[in-house]
Amino acid sequence: MSAPVISVRGATAALGSRPVLRGVDLTVNHGEVVALLGANGSGKSTAVRAVIGQVPLTGGAIELFGTEQKRFRDWARVGYVPQRTTAASGVPATIREVVASGRLSRRKLGFLTRTDRAAVERAIELVGLADRAKDSVSALSGGQHQRVLIARALAAEPELLIMDEPMAGVDLASQEILAATLREQVAGGTSVLLVLHELGPLEPLIDRAVVLRDGCVVHDGPPPKAVGQHALPGHDHVHPHAADEPLRTGLLT
Amino acid sequence: MEFLEPAFMQRSLLAAVLVGITAPAVGIYLVQRRQALMGDGIGHVAMTGVGLGFLLNSSPVWMATLVAVAGAVLMELIRAYGKTRGDLALALLFYGGMAGGVMLMSIADGSNANLLSYLFGSLSTVSDADVTAIALLAAFVVLVTVGLRRQLFAVSQDEEFARVTGLPVRALNLLIAVTAAVTVTVAMRVVGLLLVSALMVVPVAAAQQLSKSFRTTFVLAVVIGVGVTLSGTITTYYQDVPPGATIVLLAIGVFIALTVLATPLARRRARAAEAASAECDMAVPGTRPPTDDITV
Repeated sequence: MSAPVISVRGATAALGSRPVLRGVDLTVNHGEVVALLGANGSGKSTAVRAVIGQVPLTGGAIELFGTEQKRFRDWARVGYVPQRTTAASGVPATIREVVASGRLSRRKLGFLTRTDRAAVERAIELVGLADRAKDSVSALSGGQHQRVLIARALAAEPELLIMDEPMAGVDLASQEILAATLREQVAGGTSVLLVLHELGPLEPLIDRAVVLRDGCVVHDGPPPKAVGQHALPGHDHVHPHAADEPLRTGLLT
Repeated sequence: MEFLEPAFMQRSLLAAVLVGITAPAVGIYLVQRRQALMGDGIGHVAMTGVGLGFLLNSSPVWMATLVAVAGAVLMELIRAYGKTRGDLALALLFYGGMAGGVMLMSIADGSNANLLSYLFGSLSTVSDADVTAIALLAAFVVLVTVGLRRQLFAVSQDEEFARVTGLPVRALNLLIAVTAAVTVTVAMRVVGLLLVSALMVVPVAAAQQLSKSFRTTFVLAVVIGVGVTLSGTITTYYQDVPPGATIVLLAIGVFIALTVLATPLARRRARAAEAASAECDMAVPGTRPPTDDITV
């Protein structure tokens, strides 16, 4: 079997003097969809940002596609969706212009070729914004902003999608489109690592869930079922696999 | 067309066109990253360069370029690595640069009129050497801002995302800072150091009133920039008014005119959006599935 797409071993990281990751192990295999869950402040965003090299590790190791992350240069294989509430900036830009910047990982210099343009159009179509490609991103709703950010990541035609809270602030219609987009990508063999606050409409897609609490992995296995009383805020979620202590995932808190 | 005859007017108009192109071309990236006032800071720092030029009897334009570039690089480093007190560090740099310039100028025994010509621009004193320097610097600015527009757009739009595409973000940020510094010195002779920033920002702000895309904003801002620098320069030929102030006031006039023009347009768009959302509201009840399995 080939090397895992993402391999994190014993990762530690700190923001200032506060330890945020305290020995995290995380593996994403080829074609797998892994959700990183946990309450606010559990370190899930930091873990993802460490994977893409935006947070320096104080210990441990990260490999992407079998290459040590520091030496990894093949960024076109990775599509990143940062946690944002907006895709806009200080100057108007169309959806097409924003999505086109996703192609930079494939072509660092020079102009967009016909292949690039076709990939951009395909990515915009995937998120259901084809009829609005020429519109300014500032005219979009919160959910549509998120779809633009995902299209930007998809424009590079990545083998691995890394998404930080793609469902935050997204309306229901957009959530369903995003879930459908993701399903299509996964069917095409894309591996996915996504940070989620709650499983929501993506649940059927997720192969494995890794739950963080206070910078440590407290669960790695099938997604915890959010059913009835167990899903209520503040509930001590006791997972069938957990041996001794009750597991507070804080999934819905 | 008699204003085309005197040699000084030909030099002035050439300088004006180059400034009209370069200032908005780099200004658009500063506005995009919400650093609209960075040009102003660089202008202050460039004062020290002008002072040094006078003191050392070398070309003030080239000296100002050197010092402005150094100042812009320092500002970018403070922005990138600075902690909470970055704004204070920048303030120190700005006012230090300004005070240093005034001090050096007075040591060099430069006249006040000379100082004023750099602060507020003076077309009649633009020399052939100045025009050559301005043309070379402007060529560099256009090469960078147009040639690397995809890269600079991405970095200014979303720095973190740009880093994950593998772009050399730190180098590109420094390049924007250096290009802005060069533009400041290009524009210095025409609009003056104190008003340089206006020409970087106001045409972009005016263009935004009408445009939906980055490309249109860029082209329109340059057109407005060239329009106001040329008409401002021609105005100073017929009327004894300072060129910098004339050009900036014209640019603000264009901004106001376009804003007034764009308001009905924006209102119509808002109404269309409202109509669309009304339709959606009617479709929502009944079609909304439960978000989880909780039975209430």
